[in-house]
Amino acid sequence: MATAEEVAKAAERRDVRDRWLLSAPALLVIFLAATGPLLIVLVYSFLTPGSYGDVKWQFSPEAWIAVFLERDIFDDTLSIAAAHVTIFLRSIKLSVVTTIATLALGFPTAYFMATRSEKTRDLWLFLITIPFWTNLLIRTFAVLQIIRNEGIINTILLKLGIISAPIQILYTDTAILIGMAYVYLPLMVLPIYASMEKLDFRLVEAGYDLYATRFQVLRRIIFPLVKPGVIAGSILVFIPALGAYVTPSVLGGGKNMMLSNLIELQFGQGRNWPLGSALSIAVMIIVMVALLAYVRNAGKSGVRHG
Amino acid sequence: MNWKTTATAVGLALLASTSLARADGVLNIYNWGNYTSPDVIKKFEAKYNVKVTITDYDSNDTALAKVRQGGTGFDIAVPSQTYVPIWIKEGLLLETDPGKMENFKNVAPEWANPEFDPGRKYSVPWAWGTIGVVVNTDAYKGPADTWGIVFNTPDELKGKVNVVPEMGDVIFAAIKYVGGQQCTDDKAVLKKVRDLLVAAKPNWIAMEYNTIEKMGAGDFKATSDWNGSALRQRLANPAIHYNYPKEGFGLWSDNVVVLKEAKNVENAKLFQNFIMDPENAAGLSAFHRYANAITGSDKYMPADMKDAPEVVIPAEAKPKGEFQKMCAPETQELYTKIWTELQK
Repeated sequence: MATAEEVAKAAERRDVRDRWLLSAPALLVIFLAATGPLLIVLVYSFLTPGSYGDVKWQFSPEAWIAVFLERDIFDDTLSIAAAHVTIFLRSIKLSVVTTIATLALGFPTAYFMATRSEKTRDLWLFLITIPFWTNLLIRTFAVLQIIRNEGIINTILLKLGIISAPIQILYTDTAILIGMAYVYLPLMVLPIYASMEKLDFRLVEAGYDLYATRFQVLRRIIFPLVKPGVIAGSILVFIPALGAYVTPSVLGGGKNMMLSNLIELQFGQGRNWPLGSALSIAVMIIVMVALLAYVRNAGKSGVRHG
Repeated sequence: MNWKTTATAVGLALLASTSLARADGVLNIYNWGNYTSPDVIKKFEAKYNVKVTITDYDSNDTALAKVRQGGTGFDIAVPSQTYVPIWIKEGLLLETDPGKMENFKNVAPEWANPEFDPGRKYSVPWAWGTIGVVVNTDAYKGPADTWGIVFNTPDELKGKVNVVPEMGDVIFAAIKYVGGQQCTDDKAVLKKVRDLLVAAKPNWIAMEYNTIEKMGAGDFKATSDWNGSALRQRLANPAIHYNYPKEGFGLWSDNVVVLKEAKNVENAKLFQNFIMDPENAAGLSAFHRYANAITGSDKYMPADMKDAPEVVIPAEAKPKGEFQKMCAPETQELYTKIWTELQK
């Protein structure tokens, strides 16, 4: 005879099993959708390029070698793939600068929003989300209209007589940065605002009561408390910025490749799908490692301050 | 490879089920964007009681990759001549034998038996053109019939030149400029090409496709470009001139082919025949602004195209034109490396 306890346990086990079975189809779909395409990319990176695009089903490590090493086409020497390194560093630099720029603009914005009255806060939040209603490409072309030689900025400055010839902003690194900062700013503001909103401003008042300067309050009280938001915002900006394609091409003029352009080249005119696949996976791995390092470090220093 | 066949089968089944629901008179065209005259299509629809749908692509490589995967549902595609032999070799095309069609007599003799499709077994000419140099003469008045505008930019144009980022076209032009043969794999020539390109790039402002708008707005003062694009620019601003580089310039053509997997073969053949009619060919030209290869179409051409220097190659430039070919995959690999180094 089973005791009441055993019956209850069996029921619980059955319950757990049913839950798993019921959610299995959804889990399976999510798992396949997440890993399936990536697996294809991984497999393709180990194949031989077809003559005119596509792949031949023949194992080859060539693509992975080509990610890191290149054979000079003129003197046949093997060396580090300088072009890939340059392009990679350019993309990293752009992402870092974009993250810093959005942080510099986004932090005060979030602070401003969080210190408004509850009613107006919603309005500000609403205003921040408005750009999301418009397609990225259209927003980028709007920036182009503002900064081009016959655009709004140059026309106004020329009419006012401040400059005599249009300033070349379009197709410079500045143009790319303006566009990137504009496009990714909401992704920085929203998570910081979410942390800032929960901030207990009585702590700030207490800081002032104890004769802390404004800077000390910011550094020792506000910043540590909203740090999770800053970290989340930085990650949300950094990762998509690394793969940015539209904004650098449209505003930068496409003279200097970003990572995304390099990968696209392999699938298009370069006709080397395995190399494109290998580059994609390499970027993913590097981003993942960098992120893990960042989150671990950020977490550690958080403990020290907290 | 099993998953691949399964996926294709599923895709095909889905497509089959949707096309079953459609009416009989259908034709699905897969063509470059902003390239197909709506008026000519309307005329075709009315004449044969066929419903035409058009899907855009933006590069030969995209089109080839997509059609090669199969199950696209397209009946017709319009690849460039460099790609036609690949489409044939890969078994993607149906041999419709346009050479025997009623309107084939209208095809100009120099286009009737091209190297890329001997005897016109598969393809019908859609448009052809040249790749040259466009200069805004308000900014630069010197001689412009040279790739030197792009590769050895005169001072007036420094920082104002755009290069259309078609790898094959740019390398072709650079090889011609240093005096080589197209598709060369001669390392000495290619080294000159690489050095030329790398040294030229600081004088460029951009590498973009969007030349019509940017030349019009004054963001660019010169660019490498296709002739039809140049024509549209001149019509908007008479100071903009198209030039045929004396070092040699590329000729291209796009050609209408029927896919092996086409479900509406008869309509596709009708379409091939239809566009070889002079009036219809002129209608297509009036829209995409390129020349067609149909004799007698000049009667119906719009007035601003009849003697346009962009469309009618001047006699002295004609011998410098050369049909661009598809280079061997190994050569292409060298070019990709030079290209990567140029854009790094």
